[in-house]
Amino acid sequence: MTKKIKLSELGSLFGDLDVKALEGVKIEGDVELDLGQVGLNPQMAYALGHETTQIALHLMNISRILGYPVDRMPGSSTTATAPKRLSRLIDSKFSVGRIEEWKNPIQEVVLGATSSDGGTRKSTITLGGENALPYYFDSPMPHRNHITMDVFDMPISMAKAVKSNYEDVMESPAEWAKKVVRDFGADMVTIHLISTDPNIKDTSPAEAAKTVEEVLQAVDVPIVIGGSGNPEKDPEVLEKAAEVAEGERCLLASASLNLDYARIAEAAKKYNHVVLSWTQLEINAQKELNRKLMKQCGVARENIVMDPTTAALGYGLDYAYTNMERIRLAGLSGDQELNFPMSSGTTNAWGARESWMVSSPLKEDSDWGPREYRGPIWEIVTGLTLSLAGNDLFMMMHPTAVQVLKEITRTLYGSKENEHVDISNWVSAVV
Amino acid sequence: MKVNSPLQVYKYLPQTNCGECGETTCMAFASRLIDRSMKLEDCPPLLTDEFKEKYMELESLLAPEIREVIIGTGEHAKAIGGDDVLYRHQLTFFNPTKFAYDVGDTMPEAELVERVNKIQNFRKFYVGNFLNLDMVAVRCVSGDASKFAVAVKKVSETTELPLILCSFDPAVLKAGLEAVKDKNPLIYAATGDNWGDVAELALEYKVPVVLFSPDLDKLRSLAVTFIEMGIKDLVLDPGTYPQGNQLKGTFDRFIQIRRAGIKEGQKEIAFPLMAVPMNTYLVYDEPVTASYWETVLASVFTVRYGDIMILHSLEPYALLPEVHIRDTIYTDPRTPVKVEPGVFEVGAPAKDSPVIVTTNFALTYYTVESDLSSNKIDCYIAAVDTDGIGVEAAVAGGQLTAARIKETFDKAGFDFAEKTSHGALILPGLSARLQGDVEDVTGLKVLIGPPDSGRIPGWMEKSWPPKAK
Repeated sequence: MTKKIKLSELGSLFGDLDVKALEGVKIEGDVELDLGQVGLNPQMAYALGHETTQIALHLMNISRILGYPVDRMPGSSTTATAPKRLSRLIDSKFSVGRIEEWKNPIQEVVLGATSSDGGTRKSTITLGGENALPYYFDSPMPHRNHITMDVFDMPISMAKAVKSNYEDVMESPAEWAKKVVRDFGADMVTIHLISTDPNIKDTSPAEAAKTVEEVLQAVDVPIVIGGSGNPEKDPEVLEKAAEVAEGERCLLASASLNLDYARIAEAAKKYNHVVLSWTQLEINAQKELNRKLMKQCGVARENIVMDPTTAALGYGLDYAYTNMERIRLAGLSGDQELNFPMSSGTTNAWGARESWMVSSPLKEDSDWGPREYRGPIWEIVTGLTLSLAGNDLFMMMHPTAVQVLKEITRTLYGSKENEHVDISNWVSAVV
Repeated sequence: MKVNSPLQVYKYLPQTNCGECGETTCMAFASRLIDRSMKLEDCPPLLTDEFKEKYMELESLLAPEIREVIIGTGEHAKAIGGDDVLYRHQLTFFNPTKFAYDVGDTMPEAELVERVNKIQNFRKFYVGNFLNLDMVAVRCVSGDASKFAVAVKKVSETTELPLILCSFDPAVLKAGLEAVKDKNPLIYAATGDNWGDVAELALEYKVPVVLFSPDLDKLRSLAVTFIEMGIKDLVLDPGTYPQGNQLKGTFDRFIQIRRAGIKEGQKEIAFPLMAVPMNTYLVYDEPVTASYWETVLASVFTVRYGDIMILHSLEPYALLPEVHIRDTIYTDPRTPVKVEPGVFEVGAPAKDSPVIVTTNFALTYYTVESDLSSNKIDCYIAAVDTDGIGVEAAVAGGQLTAARIKETFDKAGFDFAEKTSHGALILPGLSARLQGDVEDVTGLKVLIGPPDSGRIPGWMEKSWPPKAK
């Protein structure tokens, strides 16, 4: 697109030092220019690039004739004169303050109960307690992030890269649970009672509760009990499960606004468990549900964890990330309805086609490479991003993803020592 | 920027409500300046002589807190920095992190050219656009200025992407600069040892320059000194350590510097930040591990304030998550997340073409739409109003229901009897549980498609057209 410039419009040109504004400029009229008379402002010249330098020179000259203060334009004030040479660095000290608004700590929530507290777990896990955004220098995080690995009460379809790790245990939730703790370093186990869905197997709550008991016997870490996601069935399933797990301080997943959350809250209170308050990417809904759990159902603050919903990298992670970050900032700044620890269904990353498809369905894409490496990193980056927004507990699936996320979150948490690495000559490193 | 309310800006505007900018009032224009969706140059009266002074004042008031630095020239130039907020929901982040991938000057020429081509040709389709890589960083591994110059020249002949010239030896940098004089490359880097000579180069060749020091007092000293010398296009590298407590230190420094720049207005340090995730290759020998950790670091510093970075791995399992996490963080949260609900044509649908249901969540809609059009499937897509929620979550949350699906077709005036010969619609695989309800409510034949629209072509072969009842 060519823009013709009249002399009267020169002002607008110089208002915008952006290169784009001068691309394809033509000058109308016959203005005589004396190129030898005026030096080219070097800042200007380079900003415009080689091709437009000549034009810039013309225009600057014209504008000087017209009285525009070319040499005093923003960004060019010091370049008009010869640059200053210095022989010594100017001394300077860096300092920065802490964030004063962060004065409301995140609630601490203990999952699991040992025999001294009426449970049978060997150890417990504490989430929350933060006084700053995660890993910030303002205030060290009191507790590290934790990972709970998924176990299902029936064989399910899953990405090949994930499945290969579980083929030997898929028929037995107890063996599956043992494997994730023993071999993959899970801090906790989530037992998903998906077979209870009337559209899947319609397993009875009593039958499902037996699975929960088996898992509790198989492992001694704290557990999460998940329903099938069926809003009609979940309350009775979780109720029964809560009963057989009495006193274990399990995390009941989940109470939400579209089911009878009061029943789940009641079960948690009666049998000493923690409620997972689940909403869908909506900070106000999260506030509302937390408020209802506390005020209407009487759930104590130390028994609430939030799941504000996790969307996979490339599939809405921007909303999930910002929703969590806003929730955490609101909590730290004093919102007593939002200052709870958070949990993420990081496994959702496997819903992204980039994590499991053999190749791109779009011919226009560059090669997607081997999927066995794409999947785990998709889960890692999804979880890592949310860890930076303030997420405390990660529900995960792939052993490699678990291992890497654990390593990076512990590094940022500050518990990873390392041998001193010298990066001062990275430029010439042979890679 | 130094102002935060439209009223403060309004004072400097002509206040005539002339409408030349496209807004009806000057106050409305002021709001657009505050949220950075319009520029001063959109107001013609402000550019006249009469308003010259006010224009100048406004320009400095509206300048972003973090300096914007341009690398490269012309249409290939890339801007970094320019941010005004610490969290994306407070406005949006500007100028997505630029990813530069390295080449070494000891690489055989053919290999070098191949690698540069890989960098410039990478593309990943996403929501109507391609995600790409941005720059090439040429590292002097040889220590030899003439070798470096040859490599720089070769790279610049191969690609129009902007370059970063990397060496701590000013003589090497000079040789590189001579080879790409007019291309406005970024030079890396000035340190406590070489700063005097590198500053000379920045002045002589008018190029932006990186200052490198993990010691923030030293880094600030360098910045203050360069500013004093009249060099303002600075980029700060506070040192990216690949692991352990040293990495935590890097994380701290990124947050400290950016907070100082944006929250405390410390102009001396309000410059774009550079991260070097490829330093993971200094500690991990195994290539997949090194690449994984590089992507992990790239993600951390894309989320927390890295404006430009130098990376090594060109494996798809590195590039795909990297370009996506950048898009995640830099997508403007102010733009609508939904598409208009309705029934849309893909290609030239005929009576035997399928009718495919999805949600009005922009990402879902565009994914389905691009899968269908890329595979040349003529069809109708019904974007159901699910309040912009994706399929799986909308089924769970009750936003994708039989009633809403029916409503979508009714509102669009889409008559199956008239438009189709099959009277069938296809539900997303993740909403299979709605099949019975939808059949009851619409009286149509309801098929269940695959859980991922990328599989629709394969599904079509097997399941389309629907068998007669």
